[in-house]
Amino acid sequence: MADAAQILTTADGRPLKAALAAAQGRAKRRAFLLVLPLLLFVLLTFLVPIAYMLMRSVEHDGFAASAPALVEWFDENPDFDPANPPEEAFAALVQDLARMQEERTTGIAGTRINYSVPGSISMFKKGAREAAGLEPPYKEALLAVDANFGRPALWRGMASASNAYTAEFYLVASDRKLTDAGWARGGDKERIYLYLFGKTFMISALITVICLLLAFPVAHLLATLPMSKAALLMILVLLPFWTSLLVRTTAWIVLLQEQGVVNNLLVGLGLLDDKGRLSMMYNMTGTVVAMTHVLLPFMILPLYSVMRVIPPSYARAARSLGATSWTTFRRVYLPQTLPGIAAGSLLVFILAVGYYITPALVGGADGQLISNLIQFHMSKSNWSLAAAIAAMLLAAILILYWIYDRLVGIDRLKFG
Amino acid sequence: MTVEPRNDAFVAFEHVQKSYDGVTLVVKDLNLSIGKGEFLTMLGPSGSGKTTCLMMLAGFETATNGEIRLDGRPINQVPPHKRGIGMVFQNYALFPHMTVGENLAFPLEVRGMGKSDREAKIKRALDMVQMGAFANRRPAQLSGGQQQRIALARALVFDPKLVLMDEPLGALDKQLREHMQFEIKHLHENLGITVVYVTHDQGEALTMSDRVAVFNDGRIQQLAPPADLYERPENSFVAQFIGENNKLLGTIEELSGDKALVRLATGELIDATPVNVKEKGGKTLVSIRPERVEFKPEIMPPGAHMIDAEVLEIIYMGDILRVVLKVAGSDDFVMKMRNTLGQTRLEPGQKIKVGWHPQDARALDP
Repeated sequence: MADAAQILTTADGRPLKAALAAAQGRAKRRAFLLVLPLLLFVLLTFLVPIAYMLMRSVEHDGFAASAPALVEWFDENPDFDPANPPEEAFAALVQDLARMQEERTTGIAGTRINYSVPGSISMFKKGAREAAGLEPPYKEALLAVDANFGRPALWRGMASASNAYTAEFYLVASDRKLTDAGWARGGDKERIYLYLFGKTFMISALITVICLLLAFPVAHLLATLPMSKAALLMILVLLPFWTSLLVRTTAWIVLLQEQGVVNNLLVGLGLLDDKGRLSMMYNMTGTVVAMTHVLLPFMILPLYSVMRVIPPSYARAARSLGATSWTTFRRVYLPQTLPGIAAGSLLVFILAVGYYITPALVGGADGQLISNLIQFHMSKSNWSLAAAIAAMLLAAILILYWIYDRLVGIDRLKFG
Repeated sequence: MTVEPRNDAFVAFEHVQKSYDGVTLVVKDLNLSIGKGEFLTMLGPSGSGKTTCLMMLAGFETATNGEIRLDGRPINQVPPHKRGIGMVFQNYALFPHMTVGENLAFPLEVRGMGKSDREAKIKRALDMVQMGAFANRRPAQLSGGQQQRIALARALVFDPKLVLMDEPLGALDKQLREHMQFEIKHLHENLGITVVYVTHDQGEALTMSDRVAVFNDGRIQQLAPPADLYERPENSFVAQFIGENNKLLGTIEELSGDKALVRLATGELIDATPVNVKEKGGKTLVSIRPERVEFKPEIMPPGAHMIDAEVLEIIYMGDILRVVLKVAGSDDFVMKMRNTLGQTRLEPGQKIKVGWHPQDARALDP
């Protein structure tokens, strides 16, 4: 009896679970086929590039592939003294330099070393030009071409680059550099990456807060207005979505530049001296203003979707129970909008952290963010460094997402 | 109709009018006074203005004209949170992000009450609705009936003198609704509070109230205790809105004191009590309750008129039998017979005569 109770069977004796799976299998396969095109699209255009980018951030064979003699020597002598490499090491280096000159790979190999030891490209080019004519002893000969070939930092760099897989790009992206004594923090003026990371997060947080303050009343109005008026207001909210990003940004340039509409108006009204025109464009102010405008709908929509379903009777109940309108807002209305606030803030913050076009157009020198630096390295073909910075950005956002999940809960997220 | 406000009224509406758009009046010249400790129900179809009246009393709508007084004090300009009126909402409006205990603590906290006093009051209020064990639950974890009890406890926890209820039982199933009607009625009696109750359910209004105000078209059609409302409707709207009702259209043939003779369109004469008909020859709508229709001549008073009827259909409803008759040309005349032992059985197609006591037939405005 106990067995019969455990394994339920259908009327004709098949196990119930198998029968259920068979009955539902066809529907499930059909549902999967419907999703398949999107799944493939996402895989090919999103997941594969991200995996490739993460790969590039730890892999660069520019030096390893074009310097076989040195790679072999480093393999045999893993514990050599970088401060005083032996004659065989210089012999291998000269052999590889000659080969690079022949195969025209000096640039790519030099670039790889240049990441950790700046100035290496020109040294490599000079060395490679001379390499074919050098006579033993190679150490003296090469040092005569450029004394920097004896620097311990260079030898550390080459030893490290002889392996195609490396964490060096992450070290560089965290403002470390290879010195004669090993990896160390760069000088104050060289610490641009962590500074820009910090600045990007600060600006994104600022934009998120401004968006929240601007969006909250608008979303509330949208949620409480009668349908016809709400629809009109909604169109105004969505208008930025339907306008080209370039047009919107250019409009801000027209408004905010030194000879722009706002400044002219202020000067015309006598509020500003002609020489005291505010500079609100091509700096941080321009970046913040333009990005806030672009990202505002992403805050309004989740807030609206949450506020729309909060019945007005809650506020009425609170008022009838003796709460002032401020207490009602703070203790009854605001807590119920939290899922919307959290969703909107997360959305705006993540979008702002990765924003690139707007700061590039209106940011000037002062208003650049980390993504502009990524773009800069990509345009210089420093793919691995760009990939390392991007991967760090991705990691930071995933951590934020995780914290958010712990604090608020992803299942409470509402995007509208 | 209008009722002159009494000076000792606890709640008084005086010539209150309300318009939302400046074109039409939703509430037209409302005069109503509610005594202390009274259970008054505002009953009416949707759009009749009853909820608007409640909202004006609670302070969520402002009266366009007229004065509302609470305990002798005009409250038109008093914001809702200073009126000290408890309110129970149709969807309960329990704050979803607070526990039951926190919901009940809310009105006490905003009044600045200390923690120990608060806890004592919350416990008392929860015990009052038999929900003492639920203080740490969230509203979403409670059934509809339990949420209703909590909403009730929250409206009462700060000891308001007046409690407003806006269709509080509308979302409950029939059995639970009847049980809650009984409990609300008992709470009202035990606490001695004044209750203004809004509903569109006439059964609810009749069972619970001391007095019922029937609203239609922005006016009170009749304000009376339940029995009067049912047995002595003052106009045809009330007669039709409250309970089931047979309508016979005719003209006044004779009018003498509290007796009238009405001639129907088909020529038959029937007895009726004149209510708001003025003169001989005027049109009238005679209203008779189905359970007051008789078909046995031996129990009719001497001289009473009886008219021909044909049984069309008999519907068995358990406790009663519903007999649909063709009377005076219309085929929707209903007679209710008690299903007792020895009750005469009728058959469809059977020809009978029906009549009624003159005081049960009310000649109203057409």
